[in-house]
Amino acid sequence: MSDISAEQVRHLANLARIDLSDAEIATMTTELGQIMEAVASVQAVATPDVPATSHPIPLKNVYRPDVVADVIPTEKALASAPEHDGSRFKVSAILGEEQ
Amino acid sequence: MAKAKLMDYDKALELYEPVLGFEVHVELSTKTKMFSAAPNNFGSEPNTNITPTCLGLPGSLPVVNEEAVRYSISLGLALGCDIAESSSFARKNYFYPDLAKNYQISQFDEPIAINGNVEVELPNGRIINVDIERAHMEEDAGKLTHVGGSTGRIQGAEYSLVDYNRAGVPLVEIVTRMIEGAEHDAPELAKAYVATIRDIVLALGISDAKMERGNLRCDANVSLRPRGSDKLGTRTETKNVNSLRSVERAVRYEIQRQAQILADGGTIIQETRHWHEDTGATSAGRPKSDADDYRYFPEPDLLPVVPDPALIEELRAALPEKPAERRRRLKAEWGFTDLEFQDVVNSGLLSEITETVAAGASPQAARKWWTGEIARLANAAEGDAGIDISPAQVAELQQLVDEGTLTDRLARQVLEAVAAGEGSPREIVETQGLAVVSDDGALIAAIDEALSAQPDVLEKIKDGKVQAAGAVIGAVMKAMQGKADAARVRELVLERAEAL
Repeated sequence: MSDISAEQVRHLANLARIDLSDAEIATMTTELGQIMEAVASVQAVATPDVPATSHPIPLKNVYRPDVVADVIPTEKALASAPEHDGSRFKVSAILGEEQ
Repeated sequence: MAKAKLMDYDKALELYEPVLGFEVHVELSTKTKMFSAAPNNFGSEPNTNITPTCLGLPGSLPVVNEEAVRYSISLGLALGCDIAESSSFARKNYFYPDLAKNYQISQFDEPIAINGNVEVELPNGRIINVDIERAHMEEDAGKLTHVGGSTGRIQGAEYSLVDYNRAGVPLVEIVTRMIEGAEHDAPELAKAYVATIRDIVLALGISDAKMERGNLRCDANVSLRPRGSDKLGTRTETKNVNSLRSVERAVRYEIQRQAQILADGGTIIQETRHWHEDTGATSAGRPKSDADDYRYFPEPDLLPVVPDPALIEELRAALPEKPAERRRRLKAEWGFTDLEFQDVVNSGLLSEITETVAAGASPQAARKWWTGEIARLANAAEGDAGIDISPAQVAELQQLVDEGTLTDRLARQVLEAVAAGEGSPREIVETQGLAVVSDDGALIAAIDEALSAQPDVLEKIKDGKVQAAGAVIGAVMKAMQGKADAARVRELVLERAEAL
């Protein structure tokens, strides 16, 4: 039994800026449901004394000293941009989504 | 933009209780960015302080700036927070070109600092304790310039230009718990809270804290609860508030706006609102996203931050005095009355007076100069340029008064010259010959001349009518171009009148 609804898939697709047809949403709903079930099976073996982890190897505190290193020259950074004004990247104005 | 209907503030407070919350972003003044070795500089040419990491280029990887972690821990401790044994980074996913990689690296479920408290003192002397929920590390976003349209705002823009110099600059976001009970003082609390955070980060030396540059930014959450109800109202989050005064105005505005809507039977929409300095109003932004919509997940490219307890203790030991404690100490040391001290605090002159006292002036003299003549000169100065007078110069000026070289009137004249950049007080006294004439010989010559010019006055003084001396003193002061001590002149006038 899938835990994810077609509506949720549609919402996620919208957040991810992926344009899905109704047929694709139906397929994705089934497939994502199966993936979620597979992942949920991990919960069966997880116990309260196993802490959640976001990394497989117990490393920590990998730091960088606060020292300036090389930057990319502006021209080089802009070279692969579809559009620019010589110093800044040019993008289409997107309304109403300022974070 | 049509201005919303606003309810009278007092009336709004009669009907509703304001409930506040703040999110303050502090840009850290590290040399490099949070996750890359690009320079963290304000005001550079666009897209000059960027590395592949700042641009989210394929194959680039973030690495945590150790100094930013130290700064964040210090800030957490200064806010009275517990420092998490282990904290981790998360990706906050959203599509907007201010970050090239379509996510911001932030902290979500494991922030570095939690459960703090900050004592905030209001201009009326009231103290409000603001609980801090969390302070977490994250990266700043790039700067967008909207081109086209008339206002430079996003509405009507044809395209946007992106400068990634600021993308990746280290930030700490400080989130308060819900603040109830501020009542009428809610707008003042908002301003005082942000000022307190500013004072803390300045004392720690971890941020330039210039609001006009965006080093310190405040999002103010406001909701209203009808009197007698225990149900919280819907809140709005006001952004783009970039001065202390704006924070206060924006909160007052939102209280009045929401009160009017509620009283008219309307509902408040949960949304982001933008503050407009020019119109003194807020306007609707985007509807507030659910946290779920950001699809936070642990940042796989970064490892947990597990600070060594010894480091935490080292940073704790190095904490500067808290602003509230410092104020209490200074008030006692200086012996100011409540009113005098409040005036100094509200004028933001604590540091100036501290330094002036350290340079040798008495606290009262320092206070008198800074809240009096210097404030007057600063107000009179054109624009926002202000005036450039240092505490050391003020102390020197007062020393010249104390040693009798300057009268108060002359000292004010010297101060104006200092403000005009003509040199130190002592230099100005010397080059412009502004010192008090303390040579009795010169004074006596002037007095004799004035007395012989006004024989009738001389007679009156001789008859014991000493009040008549005023006319002669005035003439002598005029002859001395004000550079004489009036009390000394008076003594000498009476002496000479007897002798003649």
